Amino acid sequence: MVGIVPFPRLIPCLDVTAGRVVKGVSFQQLRDVGDPVELAAAYSEGGADELVFLDITATLENARTMVDVVARVADVVSIPFTVGGGIRSADDAARLIEAGADRVSINSAAIARPSLITEIAHLFGSQAVVVAIDAGGGRVHSHGGTTAVGRDVVEWAREAAECGAGEILLTSIEQDGQRSGYDLALTTAVRDAVRVPVIASGGAGNAQHVVDALRVTDAALVASIVHDDPTQLPALRDAVQAAGIVLRPLPEVLT
Amino acid sequence: MSDTLIVDYGAGNTRSVRAAFARLGETTILSAAPDAIERAPYVVLPGVGSARAAMEHLTETGAADALKERFRAGRPILGICLGLQLALEHSEEDGGVETLGLLEGTVHRLTDGRVPRLGWASVTPWDHSFYFAHSYAARSNATIATADGVTAAVAAGSFLGVQFHPEKSGAAGERWLASCRSRV
Repeated sequence: MVGIVPFPRLIPCLDVTAGRVVKGVSFQQLRDVGDPVELAAAYSEGGADELVFLDITATLENARTMVDVVARVADVVSIPFTVGGGIRSADDAARLIEAGADRVSINSAAIARPSLITEIAHLFGSQAVVVAIDAGGGRVHSHGGTTAVGRDVVEWAREAAECGAGEILLTSIEQDGQRSGYDLALTTAVRDAVRVPVIASGGAGNAQHVVDALRVTDAALVASIVHDDPTQLPALRDAVQAAGIVLRPLPEVLT
Repeated sequence: MSDTLIVDYGAGNTRSVRAAFARLGETTILSAAPDAIERAPYVVLPGVGSARAAMEHLTETGAADALKERFRAGRPILGICLGLQLALEHSEEDGGVETLGLLEGTVHRLTDGRVPRLGWASVTPWDHSFYFAHSYAARSNATIATADGVTAAVAAGSFLGVQFHPEKSGAAGERWLASCRSRV
């Protein structure tokens, strides 16, 4: 039997609002980090395996801006990227995928209506649908982690995969921003409950945390650990590889 | 030189493929018109959507017959992901679909590891890593490259198909596409 295991993935996450990448501990204190296309290109050059863009405001106006951002990223960047935030219908997903997104990430809308997962998977394939789950105390939260839904995370992950999700993006609300490591127990529980890939998210403070996550699952989302600075990514890759995780070899840059 | 033709089968992300060719300095058109498919210097069958929907669209538009004719005439076709799978005879996807049958072989659901298979894998014997995103894979005697034991490329006559996405495989993918075009 062959071991069908792609390389573990490091996935930088970029929070976007009004066409700009931003960073903030709360919505009141957003700091402009830069242009999404420039940052995406720099992360790609730094060895990112994929990218995730999250529209953190997700108003109607922002949704239009996001489609434009996606198109500009797709023209320039040649690694896969996922777009999430405010996707409520298959039409919303289609607009982003037709603009050049490889995958869409859905969260609250999938909780409210799990058949949305199936609709998007039917149109574009399971590999195009990521279900993002915000977990707090082992329970599912919606609306940016603010509303407790009262569902068990593992059970929801299983249902989402059965509906056609091609990947689970699992964020620990408690760990997010704490820089004390991913929630490995929950990540392992979800990994064991589904056959689709699982991305660990929330809590990375150092390279060892990323190593720990990649020992239990397929991919790790990284945000604050690279300080929103793409030039930090090669050092993180090196540190992860020094700890024994084999990442994809990067082609030599021809100049 | 005239435009590279990207076969339009009515769904999904063709922008990334077109952008990849644009980065190589090539213009592309998106079309399902049979005469354009037969005439174009280079035809790309991209990897979007599901096998059944794609075959229905290709059959309705006459693109399916045009692709078969082009293959018989020995004119180059590049299949990417689902585009590779459509060139074989049959796919298990969507309850079973008869596909174009340009090449011998069949398409089966992946049974090992995480499915969909998402991520970068090293392709043997090409010695580079490329990006894969698929739940089905080819079994064919036309296989010329593999990744972790899964068919990564098939070739026969004027058809070359890859399971990975060269347009999403960074610098390695870009170089692969460029060398692919320079051989035509």
